Amino acid sequence: MSKKKSAVMPLLYLAQKQNNNWIPLAAIKLIADTLNTTYIKVYEIATFYSMYNLAPVGKYFVQVCTTTPCMIRGSGKIVDTCKKIISKKQGELNQDLNSSWIEVECLGACVNAPMVQINNDYFEDLTDKKAEEIFKGFKEGRLPRFGSQSGRKGSEPTSNRTTLLKNA
Amino acid sequence: MIKVTVDNTEVEVEPGSTVLQACEAAGKEIPRFCYHERLSIAGNCRMCLVEIEKSAKPVASCAMPVVNGQIIKTNTEMVKKAREGVMEFLLINHPLDCPICDQGGECDLQDQAFNYGGGRSRYGLNKRSVKQKYMGPLIKTHMNRCIHCTRCVRFSEEIAGIAEIGTINRGENMEITTFLEKTVESEMSGNVIDLCPVGALTSKPYSYEARPWELNKVETIDVMDAVGSNIRMDSKGWEVKRVLPRINDEINEEWISDKTRYACDGLLNNRIDTPYVKKNGKHHAASWKEAIQFINQNSKNKKEYGGLIGQLVDLETSYAFKELFDKIYNSQLVDFRQKDILFDTTDDFNFKFNTSINKIDDCDFILLIGANPRLEATIVNYRIRKAVNRGCKVFSIGDPGNQNYNYKIIGKNVSILDDLITEKISEFKLLSNAKNPAIIIGESALKSSISKNVISSVKILLKKINKLNGFNILHQSASNVGSLILGLQSSNLKKVYNSDLLFLLNSDEVLIDKKENQFVIYQGTHGGENALLADVILPSASHSEKNGSFVNLEGRVQRTYKASFPPGQAKEDWEIFLSIAKLNNVDLGYSNFDQLRKKMIAEYPLLGDYDKMPKSNCSDLKINDHIRKDFELDINEIDYYQTNIIARSSKTMHDCKNIKKKIKRVEF
Repeated sequence: MSKKKSAVMPLLYLAQKQNNNWIPLAAIKLIADTLNTTYIKVYEIATFYSMYNLAPVGKYFVQVCTTTPCMIRGSGKIVDTCKKIISKKQGELNQDLNSSWIEVECLGACVNAPMVQINNDYFEDLTDKKAEEIFKGFKEGRLPRFGSQSGRKGSEPTSNRTTLLKNA
Repeated sequence: MIKVTVDNTEVEVEPGSTVLQACEAAGKEIPRFCYHERLSIAGNCRMCLVEIEKSAKPVASCAMPVVNGQIIKTNTEMVKKAREGVMEFLLINHPLDCPICDQGGECDLQDQAFNYGGGRSRYGLNKRSVKQKYMGPLIKTHMNRCIHCTRCVRFSEEIAGIAEIGTINRGENMEITTFLEKTVESEMSGNVIDLCPVGALTSKPYSYEARPWELNKVETIDVMDAVGSNIRMDSKGWEVKRVLPRINDEINEEWISDKTRYACDGLLNNRIDTPYVKKNGKHHAASWKEAIQFINQNSKNKKEYGGLIGQLVDLETSYAFKELFDKIYNSQLVDFRQKDILFDTTDDFNFKFNTSINKIDDCDFILLIGANPRLEATIVNYRIRKAVNRGCKVFSIGDPGNQNYNYKIIGKNVSILDDLITEKISEFKLLSNAKNPAIIIGESALKSSISKNVISSVKILLKKINKLNGFNILHQSASNVGSLILGLQSSNLKKVYNSDLLFLLNSDEVLIDKKENQFVIYQGTHGGENALLADVILPSASHSEKNGSFVNLEGRVQRTYKASFPPGQAKEDWEIFLSIAKLNNVDLGYSNFDQLRKKMIAEYPLLGDYDKMPKSNCSDLKINDHIRKDFELDINEIDYYQTNIIARSSKTMHDCKNIKKKIKRVEF
């Protein structure tokens, strides 16, 4: 048995990287032919994982976390901002800002909720105003420094430190 | 052996079995959707939950291996509650459309919801809706009903050999589909309909035709190819509505090919229902008396009387036909071959599939000579594929095209056989080291010019490695082996075709080149081209409308049963022969079917040995010398969906042919 098929995920990732962050059908077919498997087998994998984009996305691709911790901390407002500034529906491309957005499940930055991921970077501790500012900056190709947008360092407490004070 | 306790009874099961199998061995019924004996284990429906002592949670029995001393409980409160819970979840997104669902009455979900469900619904929100998927002319989809057991996905990958059905998306959005809703290509695709435990995949031609409890079910044998698959014909009135497989582990396991399953609507179309007599170049409907008298008038004083048997003719009819020619026309010129082909009839061994279909699984070396098993005998090809998955190496002489498994073409010339015998090529080593080699000769390699040479070369080759029982002939039509056993291969095929009186018995595969003074009788079921040029047309019953028996390619005799009745004035063949004989004042020695069968078995005792694989004795086989022959093997192209008159009369088969012509084959 050939083990060629195990390369399917890295190849999909490569295809996505080379094609403006999305995978066209032609790439799926080429990957299937390269790996001696059928189209549906590659298509299955490409549709299963949400990090493979099967339709064009913007140069600034915003993924808004809407899982419970973010939701409690106000991710609904971030989604509203996306709808207002980027596009009415998720997955739609805004030509003007060269960006698009989608809702995703937990990205593992709950301590700094609510947050979005733009391309490879996390932007945390957002408010709707902060988000609006960031999205509007897409036009000039301007992005703030990644990480917390409220000024705190990493995931430190929002007020002063309360623990481990002695050895500080 | 492993000892486990199921509900206080102790059972012994093989190591490596699952808990579900242990429960079945103890006679306990475990509900299941995704588990299927012949497919890999998925464990995703969760319906087979049982309680195992010392396990905190209920366990999916289909995916749990048995351990010595395990104590399994299948009838506790916990199991009942677990089943009810799983069933409730399965039904959340399943529509309540049983009254308009084709699966109704034979639906696993319906039955199990009735037996194991909670009996009421607590779900009041919107159900998920999924678009219908196009899967070709055979499979109708209602994807709202799908419960994602993935049996169809596993079937297409593991059994059919073309992974073309798959699951896309995930979680609640999971859907079953083909790639961009392409037509499924496999010749076994119809089996997913039987596998589907709900009404998500149903039969397109059968949709809204009948309810299962209205159908008259007859267990019989398939004649679309020479495999002799065991089937069940379901009929309503005289219409055969559908064909389903029957389990026979020695032949078709529980799969049948699409042609077997869907050609049945050909039994309803284009049928001859009344005798016709040709006068002044035109066919006129006639009574039986007129037609038979017309035959009698025109069959006097002919030089040669020839008979040609078609590929769907049962043993009894062939035998009666031979007797008719012998007694009335005093002629031995009866043949069944409808193409340029020659069999070696010196011993039964020489024209049978001696490995037997069941034992192909264990082969470790298979050589195909001029055979395209995928299209000639789909079920045999499935077995070969199974052997390949177990490590069998397949080689071919001639290029048969995509077979759904890897094989190596070692040449296209039959002289390669000579190279094998003289050990000139490396494949001989593999052959001589093989424990269970099989050499399969297709009909393309049995053209009269090379037939003798190929057969003797293969025998010499197998004799050399002392594995003579690996000699196989792959027949394409259901009546071949039976006709050969009855000795119906005449010495001169041309003479049969050119005889002054030519009696065509359901033979439609070769277009007769009718001479001016030739008198042609066509007795058969469907109005084909040969019927058109015949002087007399006699309507007869098809294989589904009479009892009979067929010999499959292994030499196994199996009986077919009457599932329906002949249309209009059509009669069973032996009745027609009797009336011809009566007018000639000849006694054929039988007056009903049972007598005919008894007479035949008295003459050929082997044909009364039903459903058994005959033992072939090859120790004292005569083997001729061979001469090296150069012949480029060209495998006859097979129009899979149109190989016989029933398939050609079937609308479904035409659709398949037209649609699949358009598909660009996916190569592996």
